[in-house]
Amino acid sequence: MNIIVCAKQVVDVSEMKVDPNTKKPILQGVPQKISDIDKNAIEEAIKIKDKHGGKITVVTVGSSDAKEGIKELLAMGADEGVLISSPDKCDYRVVSSLLAEAIKKIGEYDIVLCGEASIDMFSGQVGPRLAGLLNMPQITYAQNVNAEKDKTVAVRNMGDKSVTTESSYPVLITVTKEINEPRLPSLMQILGAANKPINEWSADSLTKDLEPKVETLELKGIPMERKNIVYKDDVDDSVKKLVDSLAKEGVLR
Amino acid sequence: MVLVFSDNKNLSLELLNKGSELAKELGKNVTAVIVGKSDDALAKEYISHGADKVFIAETDIDSFKAEEYAGILEKVLKETGAEIVLVGSNKNGKDLASRLAGRLDAGCVIDCTNLYLKDKKLTVERVVYSGNAIAVEQFNSKPNIVTIPSKVFDPLAKDDKHTGDIVKKKFDVEKSASKVLKVQEMQTGDVNVEDAEIIVSCGRGFKSKDDIKLVSELAEVLKGKTVGCSRPIAADLKWLSEDHWIGLSGHKVKPKLYVAVGISGQIQHIAGMRDSSIIVAINKDPEALIFKSADYGIVGDLYEILPKLTNMVKEKMG
Ligand SMILES: Cc1cc2nc3c(=O)[nH]c(=O)nc-3n(C[C@H](O)[C@H](O)[C@H](O)COP(=O)(O)OP(=O)(O)OC[C@H]3O[C@@H](n4cnc5c(N)ncnc54)[C@H](O)[C@@H]3O)c2cc1C
Ligand SMILES: Cc1cc2nc3c(=O)[nH]c(=O)nc-3n(C[C@H](O)[C@H](O)[C@H](O)COP(=O)(O)OP(=O)(O)OC[C@H]3O[C@@H](n4cnc5c(N)ncnc54)[C@H](O)[C@@H]3O)c2cc1C
Repeated sequence: MNIIVCAKQVVDVSEMKVDPNTKKPILQGVPQKISDIDKNAIEEAIKIKDKHGGKITVVTVGSSDAKEGIKELLAMGADEGVLISSPDKCDYRVVSSLLAEAIKKIGEYDIVLCGEASIDMFSGQVGPRLAGLLNMPQITYAQNVNAEKDKTVAVRNMGDKSVTTESSYPVLITVTKEINEPRLPSLMQILGAANKPINEWSADSLTKDLEPKVETLELKGIPMERKNIVYKDDVDDSVKKLVDSLAKEGVLR
Repeated sequence: MVLVFSDNKNLSLELLNKGSELAKELGKNVTAVIVGKSDDALAKEYISHGADKVFIAETDIDSFKAEEYAGILEKVLKETGAEIVLVGSNKNGKDLASRLAGRLDAGCVIDCTNLYLKDKKLTVERVVYSGNAIAVEQFNSKPNIVTIPSKVFDPLAKDDKHTGDIVKKKFDVEKSASKVLKVQEMQTGDVNVEDAEIIVSCGRGFKSKDDIKLVSELAEVLKGKTVGCSRPIAADLKWLSEDHWIGLSGHKVKPKLYVAVGISGQIQHIAGMRDSSIIVAINKDPEALIFKSADYGIVGDLYEILPKLTNMVKEKMG
């Protein structure tokens, strides 16, 4: 079974600071990491490979420092990495087109795995968009995947319903955070990953059509003003003060 | 022309409001799309809520598959020459819009909370970085595909005098290689956190499922009756059903009062409740992030605080 996992390098939103004057997030110096749910995708790929054999290729569109992140996924158990340099102007369309072209270039694949959404932009567009570009069936929000020899059966979490869907190969699957617990690679595996290849492909070697359809004009801050009054003394006292404050706010009626 | 589609009626009605506003500004019409069985009553309802036209794509498809629905919408788009497509942002809608964008190689933005024309181009806003910022994005070529979550817009008031055409057309769709085997309703707690005015939420600070009654008791005396929770309580521990789950990947809420008990205040939780009017936090860790997002907080053990708080609120409210 040949599996391609799309993994995005994201900024770690929990480490992000907001500029107190402009109220905008400070983008410089925020640590980067592989998007959490993409690690679930890798974990699922490894489980499928353990069962059926085959090869796992990780594809990332990002900057050259994404290599460290890819190495981590190779240590977990992926066989090979592909890093596509992201063009200066990038949107959902450009990212998806590059992933589609890279997947076509890799050529042999039964399953393409994505996260349900990235943790920084969280749009959930790239998976199904890619399935549309490659004209293959899509199984999104999978919380359980059972890959058999000639078909896969997955349970999709649709919020109010759970939908069990079957598909032949090739199929694109997006996974949820609940599908599994991503493994932590051992020291041996981390050392071993150094020998696994990461191929770097330039964007324009894949396609000449890199025109974004959507342009980000501006990033606006979302000011959140809170009173930050914290009572920390005697519990009875604190409770009383809190209830008095809430009464003054007019929410106790 | 502006096309509006959702498999959820209420969401369609909400989108029709924004759709007709944009259409007017562009000097165009707004068309609502119905996929499946012909339904004149529904079509008339859409017209009375602003649709200038209703396009019924008649098919024999019995369950939603994004592959097939995208195929149908692609044809409707060709037929109508629509420039803007508004899709309701539930999970089906996001899947459909994204796939359609791939098929048409079109621009697409998911989960927009504001839409307007700027320099005659559709410009949209969406929350990014887990609630830390809003990205303003502008389309530079047509068609424009946008998904909009529920409750961003209100439906237009019903106007029975508003007229519109109903067009029906049969479409053959390319069948997907995927097959729906089973659809199961998930267990729910019958709560609607999105409409609640007062919410008391619990997190990993609770030691057992039974203890959640401390939260329900407080919610009860606050007359909110609504219990919410952080992701681990619903997703991992399954102590509460997913309709209680608040945050980036759960429900977005905006109550008058939000009480977070035993919740650390990670950014993904804040993303779901940051629009609350007043936020109260109870946590034993004085350094917990939740206090940064709270108006009022008490540092201490929830097992000691909650019963006292419930009693005192009861006394105060008489
Ligand atoms: C404010 C802002 C800043 C941006 N900054 C950048 C930037 O610095 N660099 C840049 O390239 N683009 C940038 N973009 C553009 C780009 O639009 C998105 O980051 C990208 O298209 C992915 O969208 P998403 O994060 O919503 O992915 P989603 O659709 O939520 O991702 C779903 C899944 O698709 C796969 N996937 C998504 N993106 C990639 C990827 N790049 N590589 C491999 N797999 C992927 C993963 O499996 C992921 O789990 C920015 C956009 C905005 C609005
Ligand atoms: C992609 C993604 C999406 C996510 N989406 C969501 C989402 O939608 N919603 C969400 O909630 N999370 C979401 N998360 C998870 C989020 O990052 C946090 O892990 C989660 O919110 C933590 O839940 P918690 O606060 O209940 O638990 P913890 O972080 O474990 O916090 C428990 C808190 O309880 C306090 N405590 C313990 N005992 C007591 C006591 N006796 N009295 C008082 N206080 C006590 C502790 O001090 C601690 O602060 C998401 C994560 C990712 C990566």
